[in-house]
Amino acid sequence: MADENLKRLPLESFHRESGAKFCSFAGWSMPISYPLGVLKEHLHVREHAGLFDISHMRLIEVKGEKATDFLNYALPLDATNLKNGNSQYNFLLNENAGIIDDLIATRLGEDRYMLAVNAGNAEKDYEILVQRNKDYNCQLTMLDAVFIALQGPESAAVCRDAGLDFVDNLLFMQGCEPKDNWFVTRSGYTGEDGFEFAVPASDAPALIEKLLSDSRVEWIGLGARDSLRLEAGLCLHGNDLNETISPFQAGLMWAIPKTIRESALFVGAKALNEQIAAGPTYKRVGLQVLGRQPLRADTKLYSKTTGEEVGYISSGGFGPFVNAPVAMGYVKAEYSALDTELVSSVRGKQFEIVVKRLPFAPQRYYKG
Amino acid sequence: MTKTYYTADHEWVTITNNVATVGITDYAQNQLGDLVFVELPEIGRKVEKGETVVVVESVKAASDVYTPLSGEIIEVNNHLESDSSLVNQSAESDGWLWKMRLSDANECSELLSLASYKELI
Repeated sequence: MADENLKRLPLESFHRESGAKFCSFAGWSMPISYPLGVLKEHLHVREHAGLFDISHMRLIEVKGEKATDFLNYALPLDATNLKNGNSQYNFLLNENAGIIDDLIATRLGEDRYMLAVNAGNAEKDYEILVQRNKDYNCQLTMLDAVFIALQGPESAAVCRDAGLDFVDNLLFMQGCEPKDNWFVTRSGYTGEDGFEFAVPASDAPALIEKLLSDSRVEWIGLGARDSLRLEAGLCLHGNDLNETISPFQAGLMWAIPKTIRESALFVGAKALNEQIAAGPTYKRVGLQVLGRQPLRADTKLYSKTTGEEVGYISSGGFGPFVNAPVAMGYVKAEYSALDTELVSSVRGKQFEIVVKRLPFAPQRYYKG
Repeated sequence: MTKTYYTADHEWVTITNNVATVGITDYAQNQLGDLVFVELPEIGRKVEKGETVVVVESVKAASDVYTPLSGEIIEVNNHLESDSSLVNQSAESDGWLWKMRLSDANECSELLSLASYKELI
């Protein structure tokens, strides 16, 4: 791993001072855990409030008279009916309806939107959006901001006590711009209530210090971020989603309204509709591994009855809140029913796996 | 006489009368992070120096623990079945992994002293 080539977070010195252990992720040097440790950090988020530095993720601002039409075309998004201040989980698809990236789109005005995209795909996403923008002439800007997430049942109370009362005006999947160059959404990636703050680097230290001065708040690293999202049944692009997988195969069609799919205005619409008409071949499922030993991504899955290979694990680990191994994967459609029994073999040891409903931990979003 | 040695793979070995108790060092547990599962070997298994004998699982990944010496497994730390965190809390005492009867005492000459191990970390 060429350490010198890794991008550094604007707040790196804060993490070093807090005793973070670092790892490389998506080309960035990221804090993987702090002295509290992954298990305690994970539980802290489910019980109190955890603070994540997600500045490796990027925001792309879309502005222009034709911004709505542009997004209706570039993404399988119903931008027309996306109200001001509302966010929507969506995708950037290729012509085969494969997922180039998953993202969250927020409308901030008649002609203005913010797209929050994954770190590893940001530059590619931007180039593709630029190409698709040819006939729409929107202004596309990749922003430079410190991006932090506060997640957990005590997040709102922490924000209120920190003087960030505007959070009370937000429901889950709503966003606002409470101050100059601040962009805040009530969303996250843990299954808990929480907020994501994009602020100028100059405003970040004061905000971080205020939040951390609250005894309910702890720094949380990438290790716990991954176990939290997996317990919550949330996909990670690169593991559970990639350009060969469509929203149909991934079981994410709830993010694309039927009317949008049918009017087929977006890139990838034809392929997506063809897949749906043909019926599913593979499906994404939740997987419970019996016992306490986790199974990891890329582990092959076999039918318990016939022994044929029927799928693979796309994300696997241990869920501290449910206190058991948790995993997600893709299996042939005929093996995707709940409670289907599967088997696997790793290093000569046999494992039993059962198809289970996602999420493993209940999602607790604040919907009012 | 009891002697404790170390390895470059971050294991410690305490030997008394040809029986060795093996574990991972505190440095190793800190590098691995919180352990959620420890896969222990079968009693009676004969192992050769360098073989993977234990697999420790953290939240994110699995890691192999190699045996520094050859011999036969005579006991494993059953407490770890219900509490893998013992290895994190007490890697160099209560978090021991297995005990073995040595088959070749000469192999001990390749182990490190505490001083030599400390130079590595």
